[in-house]
Amino acid sequence: MTPAQIVFLLIAAATLLGAVLVVVSHNLVHAALWLILSLAGVAALFVLLEAALLAVVQVAIYIGAIAILIIFAVMLTRRVMADSGPQTNRNWWAAALAALMIFSGLIVVFMQLPALGATQTVPLAVESEALVEDLGRALVDVNRFVVPFEVASVLLLAALIGSIVVARPPDSPAEGEAAP
Amino acid sequence: MIPLSWYLTLAAALFCIGLYGVLARRNAVAILMGIELMLNAVNLNLVAFWRYVTPTVISGQVFAVIVFAVAASEAAVGLALIISIYRRRATVVADEINLLKW
Repeated sequence: MTPAQIVFLLIAAATLLGAVLVVVSHNLVHAALWLILSLAGVAALFVLLEAALLAVVQVAIYIGAIAILIIFAVMLTRRVMADSGPQTNRNWWAAALAALMIFSGLIVVFMQLPALGATQTVPLAVESEALVEDLGRALVDVNRFVVPFEVASVLLLAALIGSIVVARPPDSPAEGEAAP
Repeated sequence: MIPLSWYLTLAAALFCIGLYGVLARRNAVAILMGIELMLNAVNLNLVAFWRYVTPTVISGQVFAVIVFAVAASEAAVGLALIISIYRRRATVVADEINLLKW
């Protein structure tokens, strides 16, 4: 057991604990807070994998934006779903069975990977700042990833406009119409 | 050092917990939380493979960045839909949203 392995196991335990409590807790606000623990665990794992930029992005986007958005949605829709009463539908055992079967299937597939034996990472050829710079250049380079990058930005814009349109109150007067 | 298989097993477990949440929860917001867990597991797999198999090619991280963008738009649109459904039908229980069920 090297120190890195112990750190990994601690982070993995926290991540899995948070994830389990997200899907079983009765109070949805508590579930959202456990989701934040799980997302933070994944961010810590990104640090272990030496993907520093992705760890920062994980904290900023997932914890800073998505989790807060989810908490807002829970609070806006709180009254209808009391903390008592069943939180799972009557097919929960089938769902658990499907999840277990997919887990064992994934493990079986992993066993056949040629790369599975990799225990030693080669040290990164460049240092961290150069890696981030390369990522930035790759995203805007015509010969590399500029098309997926632009498609993603168009998708974000469409999602932004679409969610504003969808979440508008049904009978609010259109913008520009003067109220009588 | 940490074997690659540990990361893969953790990501598989995270994915399946999220899948259980998506399939079993009744509240639509809780279903969205399960989807977020599944997307996180995918990202963890992508970054682990990038670090262990192709650390000289940046495409693994680019893929993870694109997944972040998709996850953000998915959360925004999904929550907007839930708020809209709540306004019109006063429910967020997935079983009761059955207008298109036959």
